[in-house]
Amino acid sequence: MTIIEDTAPVPAPGGSGDAPLLEVRDLHVEFHTREGVVKAVNGVNYNVHAGETLAVLGESGSGKSVTAQAIMGILDMPPARIPQGEILFRGQDMLKMSAEERRKIRGRKIAMIFQDALSSLNPVLSVGYQLGEMFRVHQGLSKKEAKAKAVELMDRVKIPAAAARVDDFPHQFSGGMRQRIMIAMALALEPDLIIADEPTTALDVTVQAQVMDLLAELQREYNMGLILITHDLGVVADVADKIAVMYAGRIVERAPVHELYKRPAHPYTRGLLDSIPRLDQKGQELYAIKGLPPNLLRIPSGCAFNPRCPKAQDVCRTDVPPLYEVTEPDGTPLAGRNSACHFWKETIHG
Amino acid sequence: MPELTTKTADDPVVATAVNAPAAKPEKTRSMWGDAWQDLRGNWVFVVSAVLIVLLIVMAAFPGLFTNADPNDKDLTHYLQHPNYGHFFSADWLGYDGQGRSVYARAIHGTRASLLVGAGTTLVVTLFGGLIGMLSGYFGGWLDAVLSRVTDMFFGIPFLLGAMVMLNSFTDRTIWVVIGALAFLGWTQTARVMRGSVITIKQADYVQAAKALGAGTSRILFRHVLPNAVAPVIVVATISLGVYIGAEATLSFLGLGLNGVSWGNDISDGGNQIRVAQYIMLYPSIMLSITVLAFIMLGEAVRNALDPKMR
Amino acid sequence: MAELSKNDEREATPNVSEVDVVDAHSETEAVAAVEAPVDRGEPILQIRGLKKHFPLTQGILFKRQVGAVKAVDGVSFDLYQGETLGIVGESGCGKSTVAKLLMNLEQATAGEIFYKGQDITRLSGRALKAVRRNIQMVFQDPYTSLNPRMTVGDIIGEPFDIHPEVAPKGDRRRKVQELLDVVGLNPEYVNRYPHQFSGGQRQRIGIARGLALNPEVIICDEPVSALDVSVQAQVINLMEKLQDEFDLSYIFIAHDLSIVRHISDRVGVMYLGKVVEIGSDEQIYDHPTHPYTQALLSAVPQPDPEAREHRERIILTGDVPSPANPPSGCSFRTRCWKAEARCAEETPLLAVPQRFQGGDTPANHESACHFAEEKDVVHAA
Repeated sequence: MTIIEDTAPVPAPGGSGDAPLLEVRDLHVEFHTREGVVKAVNGVNYNVHAGETLAVLGESGSGKSVTAQAIMGILDMPPARIPQGEILFRGQDMLKMSAEERRKIRGRKIAMIFQDALSSLNPVLSVGYQLGEMFRVHQGLSKKEAKAKAVELMDRVKIPAAAARVDDFPHQFSGGMRQRIMIAMALALEPDLIIADEPTTALDVTVQAQVMDLLAELQREYNMGLILITHDLGVVADVADKIAVMYAGRIVERAPVHELYKRPAHPYTRGLLDSIPRLDQKGQELYAIKGLPPNLLRIPSGCAFNPRCPKAQDVCRTDVPPLYEVTEPDGTPLAGRNSACHFWKETIHG
Repeated sequence: MPELTTKTADDPVVATAVNAPAAKPEKTRSMWGDAWQDLRGNWVFVVSAVLIVLLIVMAAFPGLFTNADPNDKDLTHYLQHPNYGHFFSADWLGYDGQGRSVYARAIHGTRASLLVGAGTTLVVTLFGGLIGMLSGYFGGWLDAVLSRVTDMFFGIPFLLGAMVMLNSFTDRTIWVVIGALAFLGWTQTARVMRGSVITIKQADYVQAAKALGAGTSRILFRHVLPNAVAPVIVVATISLGVYIGAEATLSFLGLGLNGVSWGNDISDGGNQIRVAQYIMLYPSIMLSITVLAFIMLGEAVRNALDPKMR
Repeated sequence: MAELSKNDEREATPNVSEVDVVDAHSETEAVAAVEAPVDRGEPILQIRGLKKHFPLTQGILFKRQVGAVKAVDGVSFDLYQGETLGIVGESGCGKSTVAKLLMNLEQATAGEIFYKGQDITRLSGRALKAVRRNIQMVFQDPYTSLNPRMTVGDIIGEPFDIHPEVAPKGDRRRKVQELLDVVGLNPEYVNRYPHQFSGGQRQRIGIARGLALNPEVIICDEPVSALDVSVQAQVINLMEKLQDEFDLSYIFIAHDLSIVRHISDRVGVMYLGKVVEIGSDEQIYDHPTHPYTQALLSAVPQPDPEAREHRERIILTGDVPSPANPPSGCSFRTRCWKAEARCAEETPLLAVPQRFQGGDTPANHESACHFAEEKDVVHAA
């Protein structure tokens, strides 16, 4: 059994063999609160290549969003602290950069899309002005040129009658349209990487499909890396190339998307897959993962999932499982697959 | 982990119960309980609370602090300067232009100030709170009428209005002063209460109570009021200090209480400011400390009740 | 029909004659009717022509109406004893307003809600209280539906304060503890406050409050959408268990189509204040005939990466029109790929389409479309 620090990159469309665009290494984030230290992220490793979609899957409190905020450099510090870890963008550690250098990367090289488009847009400025601002500030375009660029972008994200609506204010757009504007804003400077934090959670199903389609199309066109943060196993299955499943601030499983759904190698992933009802058939009683997500002030010793795990043994309560490399029963390595379970073999093959 | 139920441990539901976030059963705290925990560790609160307790004791039992009578005029002591070696005795802080002990008057003035502050706050909170609650909860024409009335009163300059009203009284007792200040001061409380009630009445738990068939009084007093009252309490604590200051201002202008009061003494002291600064200094210090203590207490309570400040 | 004729100014509804109205002359008789048991499979709730229009007004002191948001615009359906009726639709379709109307939290603009034959929109006093006791609700957001200043014991015990006849005073604490046990919480938690619980546990408390009065119908408005995936399954399982145990009928309102399929016996699909299709879960999910249902189902992301290449996706263009100004005729026509001139002129009624009538086909269910045809969009080709 081999224990590895980091995995070989999964061959990805458009990015095979290259160095990763972004690499997170052993990242730790903690929050200092009145009640104690909340360990939100406890040693996360993942990477994304150009043209690749990494889905980070997890429930509330799993640390998926905090990791993204750490990458963007938008964590409030204090109360947050990054005691350990590296965030390499094109090989350079962003945590060691000056504030000025990071600011240059933010927006230009790495852009973020948030769940709540309405509160991310300034209500007193027209969307055209807000879109154009990116060009005026970063590229020094004139007001007129910036506005023309804004219209072009709105066309890009398929907002009907863009030229007529460029002077409208955010509240005059529907939720789906606002999320398109957020995407337009993220795309404005043609970044290399987009981080989308629950981009469609607040939208209706039919609009959700429109927005996810658009995002996937634009990603292909610009050959961007995409980190999709979500709790929705359906959305992940639709767009992701590879998945990192997070629990209590750690990655518990990594796998290419098809592999994960077919053969989960961690009991938590398996439980999640079993607990969601299906659209195409009427199921029996749902499998329910027992218990509750852990309190981050008191993460259980050993494997954080052990109090809820049906297969927990004594070793699970004492030893923190490393990210094991997952192989076939005959020892053939499975590319890009890891599981932080002492009993991954039994889970995947049993 | 203690065994909390009698069910078998592999029942998922039991596991839920056992893994409750606060596993210690004795840790039963309400929102006020949380606020209290927060306040106890806050030095601003501790300092202001100690000061306020001291002031209350002073107001209730001035005899504990001085034997001298504040109204005892003895012209042999005319403008006798402080004798700082005589701690807590009548001549400690000197005598004023009528030969009265400045120290005794500073101690005895506490009662008037606190009574005016507390009395006005009580009346304002009850009346303004009631108006705000009715207006916010029932809405419609009642809200339209009450809100316009509130706006009208809000438009009257506070001190000017109080001066005009008190000017028409010759015998200005504590109750008259409280009445005048409360008459003009209730609008802020009413507005805060109205806003708070409007937010709370849309809360799901109020809908849930309605769905159960709860009557209006139950909804108001059990669901809306306990949740809407926190910002009103903050306003009340802070404005208590403001009313004490207002009373002193009115007394300084000769329109305040008849009797011993810091404002009257500050006014008297002002006449002798060139020869005996101490007459004005000590009541002013008492006044500042009192007002500051209540405002600090209000800030501390606000922070403790607002979870976002944590 | 003495009860009905009292209120002549209300809009007459065509379906009234279908409903078995109990002739209740007095409040006592109405109460008796409400308390009488209903056989399994018989309708317990019948909704006929239900409308809720919120007036749009201008001006502050002198308000004048300038229009109306037609949140619910003529909804009719039945709920049978012991079943779960799912209601799905996107935000703004009126599904939550239907819940509020059923709970009497909003006054209907028109239409009737019959509970065991009694129109609850016209009841008052003792009879209304008896109905209230029998129809309870579970709210969406477990973080806002529990009063933060009350202990769990007071929250679950409050129904007994309001309806003291259900439990004698000395018995209440025991009843509350029993309820906590029933929903899988430790009975010793009675003195705790809601903020000491997680979302899933809070929703259990909300369910216990809903169960306290031994109701027959529970309206669930998005009861699990605020919960984490791993906790959703626990709550859904609990609700199914309680349905069997207490013989409950559920109206389950949600936007998550997979969960609705799992828990429902029948499903109604709403769009812009109207029910556009209704039928058994199999009829709706495997044999939908309304284009909106088909688009909705095809848009649901499925946890199956293999299916993404094979499944047909119907991506609708545009957004839901404003309910203040719905399109003429069929309200879905502005986004429908089948729309023709007829759709703008003639409002399709919710009925079994003529071509499927009497046929031994799962397409034989009510669908409000002029061009209804079957199309399986859920199963990969």
